Order: sequence, then C-alpha cells, then structure tokens
Amino acid sequence: MQSNASLEYDYSVAKLFTYTTILFGFLGMLIGTLIASQLAFPELNYMFGEYGTFSRLRPLHTNIVIFGFTLSGVFATFYYVGQRVLKVSMAESPFLMTIGKIHFWLYFVGALVGVITLAMGFSASKEYAELEWPIDVVIVIVWVLWGVSIFGLIGIRREKALYISLWYYIACFLGIAMLYLFNNMEVPTYFVAGGIGSVMHSVSMYSGTNDALVQWWYGHNAVAFGFTVPIVAMVYYYLPKESGQAVYSYKLSLLSFWGLMFVYLWAGSHHLLWSTVPDWMQTMGSIFSVVLILPSWGSAINMLLTMKGEWNQLTENPLIKFMVLASTFYMLSTLEGPIQAIKSVNAIAHFTDWIPGHVHDGTLGWVSFMIMAALFHMAPRMFKREIFSKKLMETQFWLQTTAVVLYFTSMWIAGITQGMMWRAVDEYGNLMYSFIDTVTVLHPYYAIRALAGLLYLTGFVMFAYNMYKTITASKRLEEEPQFRSPMAA
Amino acid sequence: MGTAELQGYASFFMSLFLVVMLYGYILHLYRSEKKGEKDYEKLGRIAIDDEIDSTPVNSSDPKSKENKE
Repeated sequence: MQSNASLEYDYSVAKLFTYTTILFGFLGMLIGTLIASQLAFPELNYMFGEYGTFSRLRPLHTNIVIFGFTLSGVFATFYYVGQRVLKVSMAESPFLMTIGKIHFWLYFVGALVGVITLAMGFSASKEYAELEWPIDVVIVIVWVLWGVSIFGLIGIRREKALYISLWYYIACFLGIAMLYLFNNMEVPTYFVAGGIGSVMHSVSMYSGTNDALVQWWYGHNAVAFGFTVPIVAMVYYYLPKESGQAVYSYKLSLLSFWGLMFVYLWAGSHHLLWSTVPDWMQTMGSIFSVVLILPSWGSAINMLLTMKGEWNQLTENPLIKFMVLASTFYMLSTLEGPIQAIKSVNAIAHFTDWIPGHVHDGTLGWVSFMIMAALFHMAPRMFKREIFSKKLMETQFWLQTTAVVLYFTSMWIAGITQGMMWRAVDEYGNLMYSFIDTVTVLHPYYAIRALAGLLYLTGFVMFAYNMYKTITASKRLEEEPQFRSPMAA
Repeated sequence: MGTAELQGYASFFMSLFLVVMLYGYILHLYRSEKKGEKDYEKLGRIAIDDEIDSTPVNSSDPKSKENKE
C-alpha cells in the first residue's frame, strides 16, 4: 500500500448484495402481505393448494425478510462502510475480492435453495431456524466467508482505530455465529436410522424445556444480533455521513455498545415467562429486558442529538427523515419490548397479536427504514448517478409511515382485546368467551393490518423503482458527493 | 443446594461482576480523556472524513506519531 492517489473504493460486492436486498425485500413483504390478508380473509389460503397455506408461507415470510432482505442489507452496507471507515479498497486485495464474490454467490444460491425447500415443506420446526440441516451447513460456510472479509479488511487497514460501526458489525458476526451453531445442533435422522426416511429431516439435539430455552436464547438474540446490532452499525455511519455531523458523543456510543453486549444475551428467557423454565431465569429475563432500555436509548438518543443544531435538514432531506424516524421507532420498540417482558403485562400480552405488532414496529419502522435509507445513500456513490426522484422518496416515506402506524396500533388494540377476552370469567369462574368470539371481534383489526401491509409493500415497490431508475437512467455525477446525497426533484 | 439454585447464584454474581466491569470502563473512558491520554471524540470524524486518500484519524502506519493513541 504505497501511493493511493488513483485508488478508488470497489463496490462490486456491495452492489450485488444491494440487488438481493431489493429482491428479497419485495418477495418477503409480498408474502407477508398475503399471509396478513389470509388471517383476515381465510379463503385466501386456498389459492395455490398446499403451497399457499398460511402455515407454509409464514416461515417463508420470516426467513426471507430475516436471512434474505436484512442479511443482504447488512452485507451490502458492510462491504461499503467497511472499506470507507478503514480507508482501504477491496481492489487492493485480489484475495479479499475473490472471497467477497464467493461469499455473495454462495449466499445467493443458499438463500434460493432455502426458499425452495421451505416452499416444499421441509422444516426443522424451530421458529426462525426452520431451514433444514444441509442449508444450515451452507449458511455456516457463508458466515465464515463473511468473517474472512471482515477481519481481512481490518488486517490491511490504514485507519488504525476501528470506527464504532465496525464494532457492531463484528458483534453481529460473532453473536450470530454462536447463536446459530448452538440452536441448530441437530441430528440428521436418515444417517442415524440407517437410511430410513428423508435425507433432509433432522431432530434437535435438545429436548423439552432445554430445547425451548436454547430456542429462545437464539430467537431473541437473532433479533439482537440480526435486527439491532448491524442496524445500529448502519445508523452510526449513515446518519453522520449524510448530515455532515460527527456522532454526538463517541464515548456514549462505546458505552451503549458494551451495555448492549452485556445485557442482551440474558433477556431471551422473557419469551418463556409462565412456562416450565426455572423461576429465577424468568425473573432474570424480565429484569435484563427492562435494563436493556438504557443501552438501546443510549444509541438512539445519541443519533437524535447528532442532529443538534441541524434539524432543518429533517425538512430538506428525505433521507434524514428516514433515518430519524428509524431511530425514533427504535426507541419506541425498545421501550415496548421491556414493557411486554414484565411478568404481569406478559400474562396478558403473551400469544396475542400485540407481539407481532411489537415485532413489526421494530422491523418495518427501524430495520427496513434504515436499510432503505442506507441503500439510497449508497446509490449515488456506487453508481455515480443522482437519486432519481425526491418526490417519489417523500411519497414512499409518508405511505410507509402511515402503514407502520396502522400496523402497530391495530395490533395493540387486537392484542390487548384478545388477552383480556381470554382471561375473562363470569361470576362462577367459567370462561366468558370461546376462541371464535375473539376472532369475530378481531376481524376488523386484521383487515387494517392487511391494508397496512399493502401500503408498506406499495412503498417498497416505489423504493425499488426509484433505485432501478437511479441505477439505470438518472443524471450522471461528475464527482462523489461529500455529505448530502444529490437527488432530482 | 440444587443445580438450579446454584445456577441462579452464579448468574447473580456474574451479573454483579459485569456491572462492576462496565462502570469501571465508564470511569476509564472519562479519566483517560481528562488526563489527556486519549481523545475519543475525534474518532467520530472517521465516518465523515472517509475518502480513501484522506489522512487517517488514527494512522496504522507505524512511523506515524498518531500511532501512539
């Protein structure tokens, strides 16, 4: 690494992952909207035979949005941010470039096979870990390749200090590696049973309560290290860069990081309140969930304070709007989660629609908004063209914000109604309502949720179109914008 | 004492230990900045000054003075 006068950042891998983010985002949200509609209008279950039922499509929706859309977004932004904060180009290392490309193609093929096998009905039957063992093996290899890229880039860096975003990407890498390996410890039955049954089938190595504990240690921390940590990594880079303001307090970002690492891993047992796990473990899950507000709000407030004195940008730049709203939804979601983890609240909330309501104000409001903002920010730099339409971006923002609000408010009302009806007893102690009574009452809220899904999906199509036009037909840029992303009216 | 109870106590004392570590880290951050040994806030510039040819905020070049950070 002598002279770097003619050197440029190489975005070829980041571009590939950008395309899959858009592809899987559309597919995952399309299926999500369909299954939300099926809950409101059950006859929609019978459109494609066994392939169109809610039970077959639900794991497809969750897996595609987690492992397809979000992970593609994480990889796309890493291959962009990683080079820039380390001040080193992938073009400088043919080895890392090759690893990056193998990483992408193996990931893409693995993801496609995952989609096909889930659609065919192969499932390990563990929530968010439905992919069967051969695909798990591919995912592990993909993950190791990403690790080689992360630590390889760090190894050849010019910038000695690792920027806070990189800490979060590393935490995502290590956290998911540990969680995924332990939760997917499974026995392929075909080989153990001497050639009986399907080669694809497996059973968990754990059983009973232990299986549930490992599952929710994984399930909750998949949210932590897949939906929180890498998205915080993004906001710590893209908001300062787009606004031209350095992060408000770097020390606070470090504190929040270690606080989050320390607390998050202990909160998973809040998924098992009032179950057969030891009582102290349930209490620990509740307490750690409440404590989790501190590091989460530490990051979110740090982001909002980064805009101090520059709030005019909120009205002028829709990209700032996306990121500020994402941070705000992060605050809402990380306050709502701990409230649901309090034992007495959980007694009402558990198994109700308030839970998917909570999940979606986090994923739609925080995760997706941040990923879309990151892709919009990267587009003019990667493709050397201005963003195609500011007006379209504004429309998309308001459409999707309305969608998120409709989604979580309808699910709040539905969930609490449901929880109260399940518990209601008459003066003799008999249950007052049967299950179908709740379904009848909840129907309008399910219809509102389906509408919210449709609005959000429409917004995502606008995003995809805006990105497509940016890449192919927008005005070319002479030089790279320093801060604010250029966009046509 | 049963295994579950033992695990409970182990979890409590480990939490206590990690709390002490975290507060120790906070003290370390503020003290080292007050003594002038480190300037954490300048690291925030890494994100906004990220051109490939711009001077690193903390250089990885061993000859650089900045390397002492």
